[in-house]
Amino acid sequence: MTSAVSFKQVSRHFGSVRAVDAVDLEIAPGEFFAMLGPSGSGKTTCLRLIAGFEQPTAGSISIFGDRAEGVPPYRRNVNTVFQDYALFPHLNVLDNVAYGLMVKGVGKAERLKAAEEALSLVRLPGYGARRPGQLSGGQRQRVALARALVNQPKVLLLDEPLGALDLKLRENMQEELKSLQKVLGITFVFVTHDQGEALSMADRVAVFNDGRIMQVGTPEDIYQRPNTRFVADFVGSSNVLPPDFVQRYSGQRRWGSLRPESIRVSSATSGDGVAARLVGTNYLGATTRLALDADGLRLHAVVPAGTALPAEGEAVMLTFNRDSLHLMDEPA
Amino acid sequence: MRSDRGQRAPLGLKIAAACGLLFLHLPILLIFIYAFTTEEKSFVWPPPGLTTQWFAVTWNRPDVWDALSLSVRVAAISTAIALVLGTLCAAAVSQTRFFGRETISLLVILPIALPGIITGIALRSAFALADIPFSFWTIVLGHATFCVVVVYNNAVARFRRTSGSMIEASMDLGADSFQTFRHVVLPNIATALLAGGMLAFALSFDEVIVTTFTAGQQQTVPIWMLEELIRPRQRPVTNVVAMVVVLVTLLPILLAYYLTRDGDQIAGSGK
Repeated sequence: MTSAVSFKQVSRHFGSVRAVDAVDLEIAPGEFFAMLGPSGSGKTTCLRLIAGFEQPTAGSISIFGDRAEGVPPYRRNVNTVFQDYALFPHLNVLDNVAYGLMVKGVGKAERLKAAEEALSLVRLPGYGARRPGQLSGGQRQRVALARALVNQPKVLLLDEPLGALDLKLRENMQEELKSLQKVLGITFVFVTHDQGEALSMADRVAVFNDGRIMQVGTPEDIYQRPNTRFVADFVGSSNVLPPDFVQRYSGQRRWGSLRPESIRVSSATSGDGVAARLVGTNYLGATTRLALDADGLRLHAVVPAGTALPAEGEAVMLTFNRDSLHLMDEPA
Repeated sequence: MRSDRGQRAPLGLKIAAACGLLFLHLPILLIFIYAFTTEEKSFVWPPPGLTTQWFAVTWNRPDVWDALSLSVRVAAISTAIALVLGTLCAAAVSQTRFFGRETISLLVILPIALPGIITGIALRSAFALADIPFSFWTIVLGHATFCVVVVYNNAVARFRRTSGSMIEASMDLGADSFQTFRHVVLPNIATALLAGGMLAFALSFDEVIVTTFTAGQQQTVPIWMLEELIRPRQRPVTNVVAMVVVLVTLLPILLAYYLTRDGDQIAGSGK
C-alpha cells in the first residue's frame, strides 16, 4: 500500500542548524498521526516540508506516491490548519472558507454552497456573514478547519491546532477532531508539544528531538515501552532508572523506565522494596505527585487522591511490579 | 493628576489653543481674500474692493495651465513609480530576512530626512556628470526619491501588522503568487497604499527645492508662483492659483488621514 506521506532520509538544514536530520517516516492513509516533541525539535519543520513551505536539503518526500520536492504548496493536495489560524481579515467567514475553491475557479454558487456545508461540518452553520474578528478563538479555529477541509485534501496538516484554546475547549475540540477524522477518513498529521494531546488523539505518534525521530509507535508503545531516556522522560515524565539500579531488579545492565503511577509507596521501614525518603508532594486534583529520594536517585510517584500519605521527610518503602519496569534499547 | 474626559479645560488654555490655530491658519485665509482684491500691483489691507475677475484672467493665462499640467503629470508619474517601488521594497524588507536588510531600510528612508537642497544639488551634479539634459523625467526622478519613502513607510507599517502566515495560508489553499497578491496581499495593504500614494502626490505637487535643481527652464506650479511674485502685474492671479493648490493638496491629505485611520481598525480586527 502506498503511504500517505513518506520521508526517506529527509534533512532540512538552515546553515549549520539541522532542523530536520535524516528522517525516515511512513504515514499510512487514513491515519491520525501526531508529531510530538519539544519546541525546536523539528516537528513543525517536518509539517512545513509536507505542506511545501520548506524544501528538503537532502532526501525525498512523497505524498500518496507522488514526489513532492520542488512542488509548490499550491499544487499539493494537502491543506494546513495554522497555529494562528491565518484567516483573511478582509473576507467574511463564508468567503474565507470558499477561498480555496475560488482560486481554483469554482463558480460562485457552487463554492458558497460547499463552504456552507463545510461550516455545518464544523458546527458553525449560519456564521458565514461574520468577519473573523467577530469570532471567538474556538470559532476561528473551526473556520480554519472548514477552510482547509472544503478543498477535500488527501492529507490535513494541523500545526498546534489547540494551542491557543483554553482547557475545556481544548478537550472538546480533541474529541471533535478525532470523530471528524473518523467520519472523513482523511489522513491527519498534527504537530503538538502536549504529550497528553498526542496520546489521546493519535493512532500513532512520532517523538521528535533535535531534528530526529526518537521513536514511532502507537500511544501505548510510546508510553509503556519508550526506547530511549528522552522518550521516557518527555512522554509522561517517566522515571528514568540508571543501569546500576536496573541491574539489581532485572539482572540486566540497561537503562530502565518506570511510570510514576506504577510505584506504590508505603510507610513500612523494612521489607522488600526500595528505601526512599519523601521530599515533596504536589497536589494535582485527581492524583498527587510525590517526589522521592532513593539514595540520591530522584524518583516520582503518582498516587490517587485520598491515599494516606506519610509526612514530608519521612522514610518510605517503594515497591513496583517487575513487569512495569521497562528496559530501554538505549545502550548503557 | 489625570485629566478626566468630562473635565473642562481652563479658559487660558482654550484661548492659547485658539490663538495657535489662528496663527497657523489666518495667513492662509488672507491669501484667499487677496484672490478677490481689485488692487493688482501690491497687496494692501484692507482690499480696496472685491472682484472675481482674477478667476477669469487666470483661466485665460496659458502659463498657468502649462505649470499646472506639468505639476499634475510629474506628481502622477512620481506617485506611480513610488507605489510600485515602495511596495516592492516594503514587501522585501518586512517579509524576508537577508544580509543588509536594516541598511537598505535606512537608505530608503534617508532622502526624506535629508534636506531637499542636498538631494537637489546631488541630483543636479549627477545629471551634469552623466550628461543628462533637464527634462520632464529629471523632475520625476527628483520627486520619486521622496515619494518612494512615503509609500514605503505606509506599506511597511501595514505589512508588519499583516500576519505572515496569511500568505502561506493562501498558497496552501491553492493560490499561486499572483492570485495571493491579488486576493490577499492587495486588499490588506490597499488603504495603506492609497494613503501613501495621496501623500506622495501632495508632496510632489508643492515641492520647490528639489525641483529648482532638476527642472531647468520648466515651471511647475510652485516654481511658477515664485517667479510670479516678482512680477508687478496681475498679482492676484498667484492667489487664485494658490487657492487651487491648497484644495488640490488638502483633499488627498485629508482623505489619506481618514483612510489610514480606518485601516488600523481593519488590521486590528484580524488579530
